[in-house]
Amino acid sequence: MAEAHPVGFQWVVEAQRRGATVIHVDPRFTRTSALADVHVPIRAGSDIAFLGGIVNHILSNERDFREYVVAYTNAATILRDDFVDTEDLDGLFSGWDPDTRSYDISSWQYAGMAAGSAAGNREIATSAAETTGAGGAKLEHGDPPERDETLQHPRCVYQVLKRHFSRYTPEVVEQVCGVPPELFARVADALCDNSGRERTGAFCYAVGWTQHSVGVQYIRTASIIQLLLGNIGRPGGGIMALRGHASIQGSTDIPTLYDLLPGYIPMPHAQAYGDFSDYVRRNAAPTGFWGHMSAYLVSLLKAWWGDAATADNDFCFDYLPRISGDHSTYQTLQDMLDGKVNGYFLFGENPAVGSANGRMHRLAMAKLDWLVVRDLVEIESATFWKDSPEIDTGELRTADIGTEVFLLPAAAHTEKDGTFTQTQRLLQWHHKAVEPKGDCRSDLWFTYHLGRLLRERLAGSDDPRDRPLLDLTWDYPTEGPHDEPSADAVLREINGHDADGSLVSGFAELRDDGSTSCGCWIYSGCYADGVNQTARRKPGHQQSWVAPEWGWAWPANRRILYNRASADPDGEPWSARKRYVWWDAAQGRWTGEDVPDFPAATPPDYEPAADAVAERALSGREPFIMQADGRGWLYVPSGLVDGPLPTHYEPHESPVANPLYAQQANPARELVDHPANAYNPSAGQPGAQRFPYVVTTYRLTEHHTAGGMSRFQAHLAELQPEMFCEVSPQLAAECGLEHRGWATIITSRTAIEARVLVTQRIAPLRVQGRTVHQVGLPWHWGGRGLVTGDSANDLFGLALDPNVHIQEVKAASCDIRPGRRPRGPALRRLVESYVEQGADT
Amino acid sequence: MIRKLLPTWPVARQLTTADHLGRGRAAQSPQSAGLRARTADADKVVGSVCPYCAVGCGQQVFVRDGEVIAVEGDPDSPISRGKLCPKGSATHQLVTGPSREQRVRYRRPHASEWEELSLDEAMGMIADRVLATRRDTWQDLDEAGNPLRRTMGLASLGGATLDNEENYLIKKLWTALGAIQIENQARI
Amino acid sequence: MTGYDDGQPRMGFFTDTSVCIGCKACEVACKEWNGVPENPFAWTGESYDNTSSLGANTWRHVAFIESGGQSTASTVQSASSVQSEDEDFRWLMSSDVCKHCTTAACLDVCPTGALFKTEFETVVVQEDVCNGCGYCVPACPYGVIDRRESDGRAWKCTLCYDRLKVGEEPACAKACPTDSINFGTLEAMTAMAADRLDVVVAAGRAGAQLYGDGPSGGVDGAGSVFLLLDDPEVYGLPPDPIAGSKHLPSLWGAAAAAAVTLAGAVAAAFVGGRR
Repeated sequence: MAEAHPVGFQWVVEAQRRGATVIHVDPRFTRTSALADVHVPIRAGSDIAFLGGIVNHILSNERDFREYVVAYTNAATILRDDFVDTEDLDGLFSGWDPDTRSYDISSWQYAGMAAGSAAGNREIATSAAETTGAGGAKLEHGDPPERDETLQHPRCVYQVLKRHFSRYTPEVVEQVCGVPPELFARVADALCDNSGRERTGAFCYAVGWTQHSVGVQYIRTASIIQLLLGNIGRPGGGIMALRGHASIQGSTDIPTLYDLLPGYIPMPHAQAYGDFSDYVRRNAAPTGFWGHMSAYLVSLLKAWWGDAATADNDFCFDYLPRISGDHSTYQTLQDMLDGKVNGYFLFGENPAVGSANGRMHRLAMAKLDWLVVRDLVEIESATFWKDSPEIDTGELRTADIGTEVFLLPAAAHTEKDGTFTQTQRLLQWHHKAVEPKGDCRSDLWFTYHLGRLLRERLAGSDDPRDRPLLDLTWDYPTEGPHDEPSADAVLREINGHDADGSLVSGFAELRDDGSTSCGCWIYSGCYADGVNQTARRKPGHQQSWVAPEWGWAWPANRRILYNRASADPDGEPWSARKRYVWWDAAQGRWTGEDVPDFPAATPPDYEPAADAVAERALSGREPFIMQADGRGWLYVPSGLVDGPLPTHYEPHESPVANPLYAQQANPARELVDHPANAYNPSAGQPGAQRFPYVVTTYRLTEHHTAGGMSRFQAHLAELQPEMFCEVSPQLAAECGLEHRGWATIITSRTAIEARVLVTQRIAPLRVQGRTVHQVGLPWHWGGRGLVTGDSANDLFGLALDPNVHIQEVKAASCDIRPGRRPRGPALRRLVESYVEQGADT
Repeated sequence: MIRKLLPTWPVARQLTTADHLGRGRAAQSPQSAGLRARTADADKVVGSVCPYCAVGCGQQVFVRDGEVIAVEGDPDSPISRGKLCPKGSATHQLVTGPSREQRVRYRRPHASEWEELSLDEAMGMIADRVLATRRDTWQDLDEAGNPLRRTMGLASLGGATLDNEENYLIKKLWTALGAIQIENQARI
Repeated sequence: MTGYDDGQPRMGFFTDTSVCIGCKACEVACKEWNGVPENPFAWTGESYDNTSSLGANTWRHVAFIESGGQSTASTVQSASSVQSEDEDFRWLMSSDVCKHCTTAACLDVCPTGALFKTEFETVVVQEDVCNGCGYCVPACPYGVIDRRESDGRAWKCTLCYDRLKVGEEPACAKACPTDSINFGTLEAMTAMAADRLDVVVAAGRAGAQLYGDGPSGGVDGAGSVFLLLDDPEVYGLPPDPIAGSKHLPSLWGAAAAAAVTLAGAVAAAFVGGRR
């Protein structure tokens, strides 16, 4: 956190000054470790075993916050009797189909529930992740799941969880993670000691947890710990994603993602649904706030297609294109390589450096007809046709590359109005300070004017496929010397309007009869009272510690989600020390430091009638209002494709065998069979010894992502001017690496070179009786900019998490040898020699 | 002339002030005496947000004569309390530095160099290509006869560094075009 | 003595290295504000330090010291002269800066009057006066001031004199994410340093100590106070800096008297000429 989010780390430093224990778990001793009370060096790719060990520690010592767990989680819920755990199937759950490499999740459901349905329908036969959006199992109305609040029933979640993790002992943690039992105990005790009415603990993570073939399950394991310790919905608790781009949170909320519409509404799937009503029926949950999904969807369609969207035409639901599988970026990449993609837009992203298997991206872009790059600087993805590493190896020849490339300079944040959504869901407006120079324009300008040109060209068309474009509401006011569209007008559209054209004050006002419009329901209220709430900048020192008048957090300006859980079931704060939101009986309302995340007037003793729907179907004691059962999920009956509980699997490429199960890696992980994406053999496979070391990647404080915003600036470039690798003195001795010399790091994809930084900060670990060495690589460099170097991401293959298609670049295997890499065609020969030898030996 | 010069002459200052050793005020050059933080003379100070990571630190953008003259942390922000990391501290160089592209560049198929192209011309060419690609790759129905209404010939990547309003327009326009392959780095 | 009579107290830094995260925001904020050029892009292999030392183009410098743990021959160079097998591994970080000495040797030896004491009792080199003679460079007991190759003049931290004049804090202190760098009256900084030392020592950091505090020592007190977690040598700081010019003031006094005489003659010549 100190390394990649230094200013956020000031709060950790402050917490530490107030007595907090700071624990840092990382393969590398970083700037964070330097200030932490405890640093835990861990083998990259083994965190589920580590966290699972903590779950086991909590359960076997009964250290869970029992009142919270019973009241607020699904611990007491009883599962179907045909669910079979990985403990009984050696690493697989029930429902596994080896032919499709996917699970039928029906046996994972709660007992007494209709199987499979969820908000974000997942029952489609394929891997099905693409049919999901919103989370939550659907409860058939009137059938609350069976519960045993004594937690003794052998099929209740609590007991299933306990059994699932019972083998994750400190000894197993040591075997898998290389963390000694005494160090593990220190962490587990610190967490348990900070649980209960008076105390809380928080988790912070970044892509070190997510970029794995089991990335979602990493976060799930942390969720289980936090629910068991009563750390969700409470001040000082939670799980904080430390996101790495200014608006990466915003780009999922208002998604530039293929499977979502704004506000986590699923993109319609071609085979999954029939018409509008079928889509709504299958995706909306009768209980919880997803019960109003039709209002959110209809309001979105009204925002996009205005008067053309009527009840008679299902509000233009059929204008939405249909997805039919995985269309994520790595699937698009394969299609691009196969010549199926003609045109490609890059908006401030540099896949030639920033994406896994960069060579594959560069080869693929050479197959495009045309490419539009919008960026501040001349990034590697814009110039692959003249200076990519493949030009040097002879795999690509400039004259052979038919790709037409447009590099359009982008406006900087100081040159445009707009909002970023930061990592705590806070929307913050930045004001334009100056006009962009030359041809620099905002992406708002580009998109608006491109749309205008397209519509002009299609004007008068009677082709039905053009109706969605021609009927689109696209009349934003423009201003200034460049006819810049008004970001303010766009934000108003996102906020939503009622039938009179007035701005709505929040999503509770949205209707499914076409009388309201709203571009993103979870952002509704960001322009409440006609005021741009995101532009509020009331000084922090003039406000309460929650600072509710700085920017605007979705939903409804809530700063902590599910904060009803900060009070006990009766609505009283768990303790005076940790009071946050509570029931004010005199006023008959929830009140407190934050906007209560609960129907404001629903008392703690409210019990829903049998015919109640949506949030009214949840009792006054169920804080998790987005979940159909109102509870935090220790166990996930629906919503994940690779298991209802996290399970330790090795990374796709690992020199270590999985000591817990015969199943080595996540069985549902996504693999890409392509010559440019050869994989290293793992432990137990022939040739695994060719790639004996673990390799991981990370950021440095001095640089930003793929380098477009740091390698091109002298004041940052000089601070970390060259690509380097970090290795332990022991590994250096083993491989003959010299400090400050050069090393070549090799995988089945390619070989890169780096300067050698020998440091004790990368400690070798003892795992299963042997030493495992790790190679640490920052990934900021590429061929352009003031400082250049080989790209670490070129080393990694495409092995993806099946839920979200994230690439596994935080743990793989490699070889390392002294000296620089070969130049020209010899580079490919070196790599091919490894692949061939790897297969043969 | 002399009357003007004389007081600025260090020796004279040394004689006429209490700084007889010439180590303090007397040694101060006119430039030093007139120093002022350039931010104090800004035409305006614009509230902004750091464009790097997602902590969302408040920034103050100082503008004079239509140019950004400094970018600093905003002490009012309850998130950042005026702090910036090295990247945030380099924002002025990010937005005003010489590495920024200011003109459209165009690479013709098979060409070995960039060419110049006007922004208007580029926009028109891109619009033409979008429509042609869409026409050539349109899918109305899948094999089972389910509606698809889409093109798989167009794709886009990026958005995590963009404004919400920009992502919103991209998603809206692309969806209306039938282009579903919209992606960015956001995942979990 | 320095000719200011406005009651302005002495201003200075307190750099608390116990909370330094080595982010280098101070280095960048300083350069952005003061328009300091970059150094040549050269990777050093000295932990995460690639600017190496204070100099004409580096007015704040963050040192990274890896020490302790298992020592091996090929370990990164460490400023620590003693490494024990039993000692826990440490990664120390510290942002160094000009000490703005009470007795500032650089100022004392400057023949052109380019260096002077400001009303904040900080030591500033004036780019419009400096002729690049370089006398100041070897005079500094900390190796702070340095000549810039491109223009030959001497440069160093001004404690953001222009910002101080309008009531703003120095750029580095403003940016510092963890309040490792603090700015205020030297009195307040010294008191803060003493308080922090108590806390850090009570937390078990036995080697913690203050550096540059108090009016005694070879420079008669510094305007930059540090809380270090180990001996100054570990950070590459001189343990007992002495301004070689300490005894110069009496000499300068004599020189000044001579100069006055000369100046009077010169001034008379000017006036005479005009007439």
